[in-house]
Amino acid sequence: MLCGDVLERLSAFLDDELDPLGSREIQQHLDRCPSCADELDRMKGLGARLRAEAPYHAAPDSLRTRVSQAAWSDAGRGLDAGRRRGLGARSWLSAAAVLVAVVGGAWLFTSSQREGTMEREIVSSHIRSLMAGHLMDVASTDQHTVKPWFNGKLDFSPPVTDLSTSGYPLIGGRLDYVRGRPVAALVYQRAKHLIYVFTWPDEGALDLEAPPRTRMGYHVIHASHGGMAYWVVSDLNPKELHTFAQLLVMGGGR
Amino acid sequence: MNLGREPGTEGPRRHLSPRDLERFNECVLPYLDAAHNLARYLTRDAHEAEDAVQDAFLRAIRHFGGFRGTDGRAWLLSIVRNTCLTRLRGRPSSGQSVEFDEEIHTAEEGAPGPEVDLERKAVTESVSEALGRLAVEFREVLVLRELEGLSYKEIAQVSGVPIGTVMSRLARGRKQLLLALAPLGPKETG
Repeated sequence: MLCGDVLERLSAFLDDELDPLGSREIQQHLDRCPSCADELDRMKGLGARLRAEAPYHAAPDSLRTRVSQAAWSDAGRGLDAGRRRGLGARSWLSAAAVLVAVVGGAWLFTSSQREGTMEREIVSSHIRSLMAGHLMDVASTDQHTVKPWFNGKLDFSPPVTDLSTSGYPLIGGRLDYVRGRPVAALVYQRAKHLIYVFTWPDEGALDLEAPPRTRMGYHVIHASHGGMAYWVVSDLNPKELHTFAQLLVMGGGR
Repeated sequence: MNLGREPGTEGPRRHLSPRDLERFNECVLPYLDAAHNLARYLTRDAHEAEDAVQDAFLRAIRHFGGFRGTDGRAWLLSIVRNTCLTRLRGRPSSGQSVEFDEEIHTAEEGAPGPEVDLERKAVTESVSEALGRLAVEFREVLVLRELEGLSYKEIAQVSGVPIGTVMSRLARGRKQLLLALAPLGPKETG
């Protein structure tokens, strides 16, 4: 086999996209031809450089919120149109009523699913807070400000851990309702990604799920430790989110 | 911001059913990052990329009822890709060779062409700058392959070209990029 023929197919060989016979031919040639082998190494190096140096442009949070909202709105209009047909009424619905149908509709069917209900509920709560722009009731990077803020608002004292030295600064907290009970929602940050931690007392065994599950574009991890349940939700990449959850739970015994 | 209501979509069309929405959230939305990354490399502009992805998602939502496949990623990325290229064509002075003809562009090695140009600027160029300078067809396959890890078959689906074309574009794209990144080529030394 000539070097010219080999070089032409080297890129496909590297990607493992040649048939077994073709691949073997190339391999045999490479074993004998240092200059083609060098070329293969350069191509491999190029791939590694691209992955290491070319920035990966993840979608900004605002775009994520807008596209999820667009899908929800669309489904909401579908429900609304169906309901109008069903009632046979020609009633004009106000914008507010449509909005209720959208949110209510999406909410109803998300919670109607048996499997992963909690996960959905957590993610929905997270998305609603993004949509409403209601991220935090108390904005502070100081755990000694955030923790006392919950006093008298909750029937428990949530563990508030500062993980800023590990690269996950606390930026605030708020109250939320999950399964009909008030819970603490803590907000952490990693680069441009926000991480939400919902926590409440729960006598579960020590447990930390891996890898995170994905719902509606968000990654969700459930953990329990020291008599508290934690639900962690973010669009941060699963690997870092898992690290964060480990730090949180291990450092979170108060 | 009223995303869902675009002009020209008032006609009767099927909205997402709750089941559609569920399916959309499971097999399309998770690829938002991939969509944005691709758009960013194709358009080379942060705002343009966001707008293109938003447009692409609206189209995806509108046409989701007709999507029967299982590969939501390739489906979404092909919409994003087409949206980006359409926008690039509409750009007044982009200076980009968006139209691509395998016959014309498959010049013989050593022929004067973009390679020579790339080579000259080699010394200080970063890998992403060099990538940005490639013709959009080569940039596209390199991003899909090296950053997203798509198979040739998937790339073919996204780009709407035969697998053989994916193969030759990747080979040529890599060659051009290596040339651009190499320290001064032998022709330039001295």
